[in-house]
Amino acid sequence: MIAFLYPFLLFALLALPVLWLLLRAVPPAPVRRPFAAVRLLLGLKDPENTPARTPWWLLLLRLTALAAAIIGFAAPVLNPKTEAAGSGPLLIVMDASWASAPDWTARSQRLESVLNEAARDGRPSALHLLTSPIPASPLEFGTAQDLLATLPGLAPAPYAPDRAAWAEWLGGATSFDTVWFTDALGEDGGLGDVLAAAGDVQIVLPDTPAFALLPPSLDETGLIQPVIRASAGAAYTANLVAYGPAPGGAEVALWRATAAFSANDTAASALFDMPLELRNRISRIALAGVASAGTVALADDGLRRRKVGLLTTSSASETPPLVSPHYYLMNALAPSAELVEADMPTLMATAPDVIVLADIATLPDADTAALQAWVEDGGTLLRFAGPRVAQAAAEQVETNPLLPVHLRAGGRALGGAMTWAEPRPLGDWPEASPFAGLVVPDDVTVTAQVLAQPDPDLPNKVIAQLADGTPLVTWSRLGQGRLVLFHVTANAEWSDLPLSGLFVDMLERLAIGAGGQGATAADLAGQTWLPTATLDGFGRLGQPALAVAVAGETLSDSPRDISTPPGLYESASGRQVAINLFGPEAALVPLPLPASATRISLADTPPQPLGQFFLLAALCLLVLDILAATFVSGRLIGGRVAPLVLAVLLAGQPHSAEAQGQPYDAQIAATETVLAYVITGDTRTDMASAAGLYGLSRTLFERTSIEPAAPMGVDPNSEDITFFPFLYWPVTPNQTSLSDAAISRINAYLRGGGMIMFDTQDAYLGQNTENARMLQRIAANLDIPALAPIESDHVLGRSFYLLETYPGRWGNGTLWVEAPVNLTAIDGSPFRNLNDGVTPVVITGNDFAAAWAMGEDGRPLFPVGAGMAGERQREIARRVGVNLIMYVMTGNYKSDQVHVPALLERLGQ
Amino acid sequence: MNQTATTTRAAALRSGAESLAASLPPLLAAAERLAQGVVPGVHGRRRAGSGETFWQYRQAMPGDSAASIDWRRSARGDTLYIRQTEWEAAQSVLFWADPSAGMGFASADHPPKSSRARLLALALGVLLTRAGERIGLLDTPLARPSAGRNQLNRFAASLAEKLRTDDVAALPEPGPITAGHYVLISDFMMDEAGLRAGLNALAARGTRGALLQITDPAEEAFPYDGRVIFQSLAGAVSFETRRARALKSAYQERLAARRALLADWAHHAGWQFTTHRTDTAPSAPLLWLYAAIGGLT
Repeated sequence: MIAFLYPFLLFALLALPVLWLLLRAVPPAPVRRPFAAVRLLLGLKDPENTPARTPWWLLLLRLTALAAAIIGFAAPVLNPKTEAAGSGPLLIVMDASWASAPDWTARSQRLESVLNEAARDGRPSALHLLTSPIPASPLEFGTAQDLLATLPGLAPAPYAPDRAAWAEWLGGATSFDTVWFTDALGEDGGLGDVLAAAGDVQIVLPDTPAFALLPPSLDETGLIQPVIRASAGAAYTANLVAYGPAPGGAEVALWRATAAFSANDTAASALFDMPLELRNRISRIALAGVASAGTVALADDGLRRRKVGLLTTSSASETPPLVSPHYYLMNALAPSAELVEADMPTLMATAPDVIVLADIATLPDADTAALQAWVEDGGTLLRFAGPRVAQAAAEQVETNPLLPVHLRAGGRALGGAMTWAEPRPLGDWPEASPFAGLVVPDDVTVTAQVLAQPDPDLPNKVIAQLADGTPLVTWSRLGQGRLVLFHVTANAEWSDLPLSGLFVDMLERLAIGAGGQGATAADLAGQTWLPTATLDGFGRLGQPALAVAVAGETLSDSPRDISTPPGLYESASGRQVAINLFGPEAALVPLPLPASATRISLADTPPQPLGQFFLLAALCLLVLDILAATFVSGRLIGGRVAPLVLAVLLAGQPHSAEAQGQPYDAQIAATETVLAYVITGDTRTDMASAAGLYGLSRTLFERTSIEPAAPMGVDPNSEDITFFPFLYWPVTPNQTSLSDAAISRINAYLRGGGMIMFDTQDAYLGQNTENARMLQRIAANLDIPALAPIESDHVLGRSFYLLETYPGRWGNGTLWVEAPVNLTAIDGSPFRNLNDGVTPVVITGNDFAAAWAMGEDGRPLFPVGAGMAGERQREIARRVGVNLIMYVMTGNYKSDQVHVPALLERLGQ
Repeated sequence: MNQTATTTRAAALRSGAESLAASLPPLLAAAERLAQGVVPGVHGRRRAGSGETFWQYRQAMPGDSAASIDWRRSARGDTLYIRQTEWEAAQSVLFWADPSAGMGFASADHPPKSSRARLLALALGVLLTRAGERIGLLDTPLARPSAGRNQLNRFAASLAEKLRTDDVAALPEPGPITAGHYVLISDFMMDEAGLRAGLNALAARGTRGALLQITDPAEEAFPYDGRVIFQSLAGAVSFETRRARALKSAYQERLAARRALLADWAHHAGWQFTTHRTDTAPSAPLLWLYAAIGGLT
């Protein structure tokens, strides 16, 4: 839709036909030329066919130009706003919650245009994100220009806004207009009314419905991932991806599934029917293509289905099946764990997470040793007492290494036929018990148990006790694993515990049986939780902004807010839970919008003035008219004007530098030394990379015995990079992401001794630049070892030249290389022994390609620094390049030189 | 002020002419016509006449005066001889470099026609002065020819004067002497009637000389198109056309007719005629003038 700001100007178009008549009658203006031989011309007659009138096409051209100018001055506007801009103070509020994240860019752009408009109109403005803390001071308006400067720092939060609090804060403030960027989700909290009472309200609505992932759960068929959407619309299929660590540790997409919404349905679920080993590795599930905290479901141990091994011995099999401890355990664990019942060798072969010894006191020495090694390696050994354990305790002389506590000889029996004592109920959970928060049922009693030898460490090991303080469950660490002992039997012989629901909960708390879903309120209750990694608004896992421990009740009951963002939390006892944005019962409720508000969809393009395009067209037509008129009046002399026109046309063409690289050719790459760079798709960057590696190749050719061929550009997504000793990877913000095949190829390349130099080219490595973020995204999937800033004695500093600094085009950035391992100083050597770890990646922001870049004539292409200091820096940058390639080619040869004295000494003997 | 400018221009013009003239041998003007008012000069005319240098003996013919018989020679034989001396006379050459405003025309970066005309006139003047001839400039106070360096200086100064600013274009009046050569350098673009009258006035005096028509390349090629108003340089005469290109052939016909007229007249009056275009070297027309005045053609 097009409207005009000054429509009355369009009446001027009516004058065009008159102009047509006038212009048609007027011949082109004559040229006055002095001419000495004019007397010879006197009396000559013009031929009949002289162009007395302006040619029709020239006339048309002029009229079109005129019409375009008239229309241009009438100021046409595409997608005009229906109402006039206000003039009073302008309040901009943004929900800025997780649901704003998917279209955050569009929101930012719209916000910028709103602020620009406010700045033009000189309106006092204020901007508030409803997810940020309520300011202490009342509402104040500043200038829109100041707000524009704050735009890059705005980001959505990973939780929903607290509109009621803001409504309260705003209450009473009057006479301002509001632009409200909303998610159209959740409770209004009275904010709409407050804003409507203060003035006009424009509501900017998102154009896509919000999606959210509820916590995943496990059942017999596999992992179920529920997906909900805000509005029931047409049928839709959501694509879900499960991510988890690859064996190498890098996070990869493990599985994909779809959730199909039928029409008029707001909930659907996807089934991840995947192998157990793979499923246990899932760390998060995300909705493909929608980046927000709400579309990421974090998985924790609760989703892991553990493999529990029940050790059978020949004696145990004699027990009648229905009273066998294994029967109880299997019933308790079967819904949530994989069970393996086997003898020792078979059990160890299945690599279980937990091994249960139910009333097995003694094992052959070989089995004990194997079991002990397995526990030290991270296994959980769960033992239950019983007559045989009690017997063994009576006979033992030293502490059994596979028991958490030293058992006293003889247990105790309560409430039997021969005793007066009552069976004892359970007591409160001791401090820091993993069971804290579980409800203790009244009807669970213990009639017999084994007793722990009191010793100073005992209170730390007790995690459940009877009402009289006798330990019921004890645990201890052994290596990386745990030993857990239930001082009662796993069947109902000694207590009611195995019969109660508490037994299942306790097993789950011990991370033995998984509940098949995320942490429930009961899981969290009673403990404090410290966030270890939290989601940001875009659903990316990162360092928590606020590392403050939160009570489990707060975490489970109240909605997510700034102190309890979704993420991974760890309890004091080391248990990790994933807290997602939504509970299993959550639904996306549409926001009731104030009736008086103007609704604008984010999809609506903002008003776009078109006047300048018409005026530009008019100008172009007039230039064309000048040429045409010159042509008509015979003043356009082809030979003289054509080169000029051509020059003008060519001036607009971008300068095409000669390609200094060569196209990818595996044969050349395999037979020659070829430096390679990654093609980013950004022409300028690729040109600089090619020129940079060309310059480096030339420098190497001139100074060293490395004689590389022309550099090649490669696309790691489609081409094999195995042949290249060195890959220069400039990072640009809009690189295409790597395919899984490419990731594995690059990882293989890095493992096989290749080196990649990542260059963010922004000189601000480590700061949160776009390039740096892109680098994080690329590197997240790659097998990159721990990195550290380069040390002064790194081999890179002495593989050819002796270097102190590593400047590129920019001088200040740090060079990051693999963190040194096994640092041992050697006597008499100035350098530490850095072992053989040639770093597989070098990360820098110094833009080395630009410093190396050289034209065909050997002259530098980019300025570096200023004056002689800059030339010196360029020279140092070339030396860094030479050193780098030398380092790639020779590894730690120079570092090995420290051994020379020792070798010579040995030779002398 | 004006005097200084004129002097400077004259000096520049003269140095240019001197350098051009330096490449030519001194001109020995042929004495073709015995006429009154001949002043013996410094060089022979390669024919019998009054002079001091012996030229030839010839047999006395009836009608020769007895006083002219060379008795010493005649005594050696039976026939009477007359001793003839070589005729020695200085020739007078009268120049005219068209001073009309139209001569100031120049297209593109070619020199104006007037500067070329003046250069050629002065170059020839230098040559003639070296040969001891007398030179004069028509339509100026220097119309009476005279020899010598001084005359050359005055000649150069007079040539360097500005062009006329009015639109008068006519051939010069014949000089005060009828003897001697005329060198007329112009574009001859005056109206035809005036041109014919001027030429006939010259022919009636029985003069001889050379016509050099100087044209600009644009005047021959006529590279114009579109609606043009052609104006004379002084602006008095103008001609408008709506499509100049269409006039090209008609114009060129007229130019050819004008040249034919000049050539025809020159042929009948015993004059020499040639054309010169300002984008070519000036040495060719100087050679031609040298030859024309020297009677070698």
